[in-house]
Amino acid sequence: MQLTNRSKVVSKKEMTFAEKLYFPAILGGMGITLKHFFKKPVTVSYPEVKRDIAGVFRGQHTLKRDEKGAERCTACGLCAVACPAEAITMTAAERKKGEENLYREEKYAAVYEINMLRCIFCGLCEEACPKEAIFLTDRIVPSNFERDGFIYGKDILVEGMNENRVDVTKRQTEEVNEFKKDKYYAHNK
Amino acid sequence: MISFLIYKTILVIVIFAVSLVVAMYSTYGERKIAAFMQDRIGPNRAGPFGILQPLADGVKMFMKEEIIPDVSNKALFILGPSIAMLTACMTGVVIPWGDAITIGGEKYSLQITDINIGVLYMFGVLSIGVYGVMIGGWASNNKFSLLGAIRASSQMISYEVAMGLSIIALVMMTGTISLKEITEQQAGGNWNMWNVVYQPLGFLIFLICAFAETNRTPFDLPECETELVGGYHTEYSSMKLGFYLFAEYINMFISSAVIATLYFGGYNFPFMHDLGLSENLITILGVVALFAKIFFFIFLYMWVRWTVPRFRYDQLMNLGWKILIPLSIGNIMLTGLITLLRQKYYF
Repeated sequence: MQLTNRSKVVSKKEMTFAEKLYFPAILGGMGITLKHFFKKPVTVSYPEVKRDIAGVFRGQHTLKRDEKGAERCTACGLCAVACPAEAITMTAAERKKGEENLYREEKYAAVYEINMLRCIFCGLCEEACPKEAIFLTDRIVPSNFERDGFIYGKDILVEGMNENRVDVTKRQTEEVNEFKKDKYYAHNK
Repeated sequence: MISFLIYKTILVIVIFAVSLVVAMYSTYGERKIAAFMQDRIGPNRAGPFGILQPLADGVKMFMKEEIIPDVSNKALFILGPSIAMLTACMTGVVIPWGDAITIGGEKYSLQITDINIGVLYMFGVLSIGVYGVMIGGWASNNKFSLLGAIRASSQMISYEVAMGLSIIALVMMTGTISLKEITEQQAGGNWNMWNVVYQPLGFLIFLICAFAETNRTPFDLPECETELVGGYHTEYSSMKLGFYLFAEYINMFISSAVIATLYFGGYNFPFMHDLGLSENLITILGVVALFAKIFFFIFLYMWVRWTVPRFRYDQLMNLGWKILIPLSIGNIMLTGLITLLRQKYYF
């Protein structure tokens, strides 16, 4: 069965005299390399120039705060359950009096850790989250010399306040919000 | 006498320095040309456009740990790269880099020494060059090195035969083996055209053999990475390895100069005496012309390297012994026949 028209039938015939000279073939090859010599390089000089990434790129996670600056995460553990790589661990704690400005719900995540070496950046945690708390962003996880450095705690994951907020509007599109309204599809696929 | 010594010393130092610098920047050129032919940028971090890359490479080579294997023959191990480097630098002596420059009524030739057996000297030095590779490979006491050395020596010896035979046809035509005289015979006008016009086949054979002699692709079997790790320099490290690699680039420069001198008129350029320029200016332009030719051939070396894959070993030997040698003998007979007919019928 022929799948493409790119295959060539191999022939074991004797080479003709012209072919045995090799020169026509070599000159042809040199023509090709010379053509490429004047072509524009395809290299992107990385640290100076960065290749555009898609708006919905799935990179380093962020834990969102609500409008008042309180953490949205309620430590329900759905993201940890959804995670196919089992990269997410968390410890829940109860909100004390006077911490209402810090945590939105009565329960919050005292510890929230993502192991970036295990994470496969599939985005299922984001899909599972009922509180719109975790999002993947277009930031690339930087390299590190130690394995411990790849376990990101709340100090790295939780977004900053005011101007340090992380923009996730590209991933939080109309369709995504519409889809997330009915969590039935998300959790019972 | 003293002024003569000073002038020769300066000339030797200048030519030595120039061949080293050209070889140094050939490594840069090689990488840049390879990159351009593969739609890449190439080295561009060290200095503007990566122009300091050869220096960085050199520093790296010197800083690397020097390993001499315990089981090797230490004296020969050190001798190998030394011979390779020495012979690479020696050939430049007989090449006429330019005509004479007149300063204060004295003529200063830009050739270190015009010995009347220039071509023979060149071949002699070339043959010694094989020893560098062979001694180095053998002294390493390593199977891959030895195999690489055997390949290198057999390849270089077989191609030297064809190379010598192709030169014989040229020598029959010019009637001299002094490189200076060969160059002067190619100086402008009156049917004194570049030798490549009269010896196209000889030039082709010489060019192919020059590729083989300098161990460049498609004849780079001695250091065939896929089969022999690094070939004869597998065990070498630090600047000893650097010497081997560097010698290859100097060889490339020198052989380009030889090709330019023998077949492409050396320092002659078209209409050199018809433009009414002063003698010194012609000499300087001649040097520029020679270097333009040399750089073209260095580019050709690299161009071919990044185009053509490596030959198989039996193909290499077939080409050398069964095709190039008969062809060059045929070329000698053809040249002899034409020379004879010319003498008889005066055309």
